[in-house]
Amino acid sequence: MLGVAFVKGVNRSPVQCDRRVMGKYLLRRLAMNAVLVAIAASLAYMLAATTMNPRASYEGRQPPVPEAVIDATLDAYNLNDKTPVFERYVTWASGVVTGDFGKTWNGASVNDEMGRRIGVSLRLLLIGTILGFAIGVILGAYSAVKQYKIQDRIIGVSSFVVMAVPVFVLATLLAIATYNLNRGLGFTLIEYTGEYNPRLSGWDQFLNRLNHLILPTISLSVGSIAFYSRIQRNMMLDVLGQDFVRTAMAKGLRRRTALFKHALRTALIPSATYFAFALGTVFVGAIFTEKIFAWHGMGAWLVDAINQNDVNSVAAVSLFTAACILLAAFMSDLLVAALDPRVRVS
Amino acid sequence: MSPILEVNDLTVTFPGGIQAVRGVSYQVSRGEVLGIVGESGSGKSVTSLAVMGLLPKNAVISGSVRLHGRELLGMDEDELVRVRGKAISMIFQDPLSAFTPVYTIGDQLAEAVRIHQKVGKDKAFKRAIELLDLVGIPHPTVRAKAFPHEFSGGMRQRAMIAMAIANDPDLLICDEPTTALDVTIQAQILDVLKTAQRETGAGIVMITHDLGVIAGMADRVLVMYAGRPVEEGRVDDIYYRPRMPYTMGLLASIPRVDGAEGPLVPIEGAPPSPKNLPPGCPFAPRCPMRIDACEQEEPPLVTIGDGRHVACIRSREIEHKNLSSTDVYPVPVIPPSDIQRVPREQRAKVLELDNLVRHYPLMKGAVFKRRVGTVHAVDGISFDIVEGETLALVGESGCGKTTTLQQIMQLEPPQDGRIVVLGKDSAKLDKASRKALRRDLQIVFQDPMAALDPRMPVGDIVAEPLRAHGQKNVSAKVVELLELVGLAAEHAERYPQHFSGGQRQRIGIARALALEPKVLVLDEPVSALDVSIQAGVINLLEELKNRLGLSYLFVAHDLAVVRHLADRVAVMYLGRIAEIGTVENVYDRPAHPYTQALLSAIPLPDPEMERTRKRIILEGDLPSPADPPSGCRFRTRCPKFARLSEHERRRCVEEEPVVIKLANAVDHGAACHYAEEIEVIPASDDLEEK
Repeated sequence: MLGVAFVKGVNRSPVQCDRRVMGKYLLRRLAMNAVLVAIAASLAYMLAATTMNPRASYEGRQPPVPEAVIDATLDAYNLNDKTPVFERYVTWASGVVTGDFGKTWNGASVNDEMGRRIGVSLRLLLIGTILGFAIGVILGAYSAVKQYKIQDRIIGVSSFVVMAVPVFVLATLLAIATYNLNRGLGFTLIEYTGEYNPRLSGWDQFLNRLNHLILPTISLSVGSIAFYSRIQRNMMLDVLGQDFVRTAMAKGLRRRTALFKHALRTALIPSATYFAFALGTVFVGAIFTEKIFAWHGMGAWLVDAINQNDVNSVAAVSLFTAACILLAAFMSDLLVAALDPRVRVS
Repeated sequence: MSPILEVNDLTVTFPGGIQAVRGVSYQVSRGEVLGIVGESGSGKSVTSLAVMGLLPKNAVISGSVRLHGRELLGMDEDELVRVRGKAISMIFQDPLSAFTPVYTIGDQLAEAVRIHQKVGKDKAFKRAIELLDLVGIPHPTVRAKAFPHEFSGGMRQRAMIAMAIANDPDLLICDEPTTALDVTIQAQILDVLKTAQRETGAGIVMITHDLGVIAGMADRVLVMYAGRPVEEGRVDDIYYRPRMPYTMGLLASIPRVDGAEGPLVPIEGAPPSPKNLPPGCPFAPRCPMRIDACEQEEPPLVTIGDGRHVACIRSREIEHKNLSSTDVYPVPVIPPSDIQRVPREQRAKVLELDNLVRHYPLMKGAVFKRRVGTVHAVDGISFDIVEGETLALVGESGCGKTTTLQQIMQLEPPQDGRIVVLGKDSAKLDKASRKALRRDLQIVFQDPMAALDPRMPVGDIVAEPLRAHGQKNVSAKVVELLELVGLAAEHAERYPQHFSGGQRQRIGIARALALEPKVLVLDEPVSALDVSIQAGVINLLEELKNRLGLSYLFVAHDLAVVRHLADRVAVMYLGRIAEIGTVENVYDRPAHPYTQALLSAIPLPDPEMERTRKRIILEGDLPSPADPPSGCRFRTRCPKFARLSEHERRRCVEEEPVVIKLANAVDHGAACHYAEEIEVIPASDDLEEK
C-alpha cells in the first residue's frame, strides 16, 4: 500500500510541477532577454548618435544647402546634432517602443528598408546554413566511424584547410574562378553577382534566383561544413565507445542502424544547439558574402549605414542583432531540452 | 541432449600481438548455467563478445562458435542480426551506460521486440510493459515511459534482463551482471535472473569475478587465467575439490563472511600481461607448486574425470595426495598485537563522533538556483574508536559513509555534533594545530589508479607528506616505508603506471604511513582490486595495524572484508547508524532487520550452503536521502515491519529509533524498536556436523 502511494507520487508530481515551473522559468527568461536587448540597443544608439555625423552628407553639396534647411531636414529625421543627444534618444526610443525605427539619413523609412533586407538575408543564408549543418554532421559522423582511416584523414585535413581560409578570400576566389569559367565557355553558366535578373519573370526568374544562389551558398556552407564536421566527429567518438551502442547491436540491430539511430541521435545534441544558434542569426546577415556577391542584405546594410553616417539604421541593425542572438540562445536551450531528456527534469 | 552453444578452440588476437583469448572451449546445454570465473584481463569478457560477434573489426578471431550446430564465426551481418538478441542475448555489467539515454526504457524494450517479431508499435510496447512486470518493476505502465536516468541501478539492470529475454532466447550471456550493484540489490537481481531462466528455459553463461555469485548460480564452472581455461568442472568439484593451484589460491584468498578466522592466503605477484606471456604455464611465476617442467611447456587442458578438465601437470598429484589450499599455499603469519590484550575500556579514545550531522541543500534550476530541499547525508551518528582498534563503517551506496569520512578528514567544525580526534575537538582547532593534527590522521583512497599522480616518481609521492611537514632528509625514510609495505627500494625511481593495482595500493598505504599517523582512514581500500591481490593488501593492513599500533576507520561495502579486518562494525542506513557492535555480535547475532537482510544477501563461496540458504530479499531501492521516511527510515523496506500488527507499526512510523544497547550484550546496539537477534549466516562448521 505504502509502496504504491510512494511510487505514484514520484511519478506524477514532477511532471505537473515541471510544467508550471517551466512556464514561469520561460517567462522570466524572456523578460530578462527583453531588458538585455533594450540595454544593448540603447548603448548602440548612443554610440552611433555621438560619433556619427549625418550633417556631413548635406554640408559638402554643390550648390551649398542653407544651414536652416539642413537643420530642418535633420530635425525631421531626428538626426540633428544640435539637439542634445539624450533628447534625440528619447524621441528614437519612444518611436521604437511603438515599432517605428525612424528615418534613414535621406528620409526613407528604416522599417521598410529593414523588412526588405531581412528577406534578402534570409533567402541568401537559409539554404547555406541548413546545408552546412546537414553535410557537416554527416561528414563528421562518417569520419568518426572511420577513425584514423584514409576517409577520416581526408575529411580532417580538408576541414582544417577550409577553416584556415577566411570567408572573403574563399568567396573572392570562387567569384574569380566562375568569371573565368563563364568567359571560357562564352556564356554565363553560373551567376556570380546580385540576387536575380529583374528582366526575367515567372519560372525563369525562379531558376535564375537559384543560379544566383549557387556561389554564395557554397562559400557560406563550406565553412560551416568544416566546423560542424569537427564538432560532430568528436561527439560521435565519445558516444561510439559507450555501451549502449553495443547493446543496440546485441539486440539484433545492424551496425549501421545502431550507429544511426542510437549513436548519432545521442551525439547530435551538442551540434544541434550550435545549429539552433546559427539559425537564429541567419536574419542578421553575412557581411562578407553579401558584399562580395552584391546581395543587399542586413550585413551589407550595416556596412553601408556606417559609411553613410546613418544613425537610425545602425541602431536598428544593432537592436535587431541583439534580439536575434538572445532569441537564438533561447531556441538552442529549448532544443537541448527537447532532444535530451536528461536536461528536462532539472 | 545436444548443447545449445559449442565453443571450440576460440582465440582472439588484438593488433599489436595481444592475445586476449588463447583457445577456449566450452559447451552450454538448455537450462544449464555455466559460470566463467577469472580476474580482470583473463579474457572472460572478450570470449563472450567474440561469441556475440561484437568485437571491433580489428580483432582477429579463430576457432569455432556453433549455435545449435550452426557456425557463427564468419557469418555475415544479415544472418548474424537474426541470431543476436533472438537466439543469444547479452546482459552487460554497467546498466547505466547500456541504455541509450535519449529513448524511454519502454521504447528500447519495444525496439528489441520489433527487431525480431513482426508486431505493431502498440503491441510491442504492451509486450515491453509485460516484460517489465515480469522482472519486478513496480507500475510498469508508468515506468515504461521513463528515461534510463530516471531508473535506479537495480531497476536498470532489471530492465536490461527484460530486454534480454524479450525474444525468448536460447542462451543468455551475463557479463558481470551484478558487479556494479549493492549487495541487497544484487540479491534481487540474481533472483530475477533465476526467474528469467525459469521462464525461458535458456542456458546461461555467467561471467564474474565473484566466486560467491557463481557458487549459488552455476551448475558448471570454467576458471580462466591469462586467456585460457585452466580448470573446468561441476560447481561442487571446483569448490570442494579444486585440482589446479590457481583455483585453490582463488578460493583461499576470498575473505568469508561466515567467519573463518586467520590470515587470508594471497597469491603472490600479479596476472601476466597478455602482451608479454611467460613461456610455459602462465601461472607458473605465481605458483607455489612450480617445478622446472612448468616453465618449459604450457600444459594442455586434459580430461581427468566426468566433465572435468584441468591444465596443470601436477593435478594428479594434488588429487592423490588430496592436497588442500593450505597445504599448497604458505599461510602467512601475522604477528599479534600487544594492545589488543588491554581491555577496550582502558584504551585511549583516538576518534570520537558525537551526533555528527551533515546536511546538503538540494538546489534546482540552471540559471536561477533555489533551494528545494535538504539532503540528509549524515543525520546524527555517534561512534568512537580506541587505540589499536578497527571500526568498519558499512552500508550501501548513498548511506552517508563517504560524507562521514569527508567530515572527519576536513577537521572543520561540523554543522552539528562533535568530532574529537585524539582528544582534540575539531571545532576548537586553529590553523596550526589543525595542520599538526593532520599528521596523526591519514587516509588511503579507494581507487589506487586515481590516487597517485601519474607524473611523479613513487619516491616523491611517498616523500611528499614528509616534505609538506618540513622534513629535509627523506630518502632513507622513503626506502624504509616502501619496504614496510612490501615493495623494494629501487621502486622509488619508477612511476605509478609501472605498478599493478595491488602495488599501487601499497604505495598509497606507504604515503599514508609516512607521517607515522595514529589513525588511518581507509576508504574502500581493496574494492578496486582483484581477489587474489586483495588478500595480500588485507593481510598487509592487518600486519601494519598490529606492528605499528594503528587504529583504523575502515569504510567498505564488502561485508566479508569487514568481518575479516574489523574489530567493531557500524551499519549505516540513510545517514543513521542502524546497528553497531563487535564483529562477532553483529555478524553472528544481527538484531536490526537491515543488518539481517544485508548479511543474508551476501553470496557465500560455497555451493552447498548457497543451495540450502534462505535469503531475506529486500524490496525496492534505497529511499532518497532528501526525503527520508518518517519515524524509522528503514520501515519502507523492512521485512519485519511487514509482519507487525497495525498497532505495533505505529511506533515505527511515528518514533525514530535510536541505537539502544541490547540487553545481554557487552558491545552491541541496534536502532530498532523491535530488535531481535537472529542468525542469518550458517556457520561453516554447522554444515560439516550434518
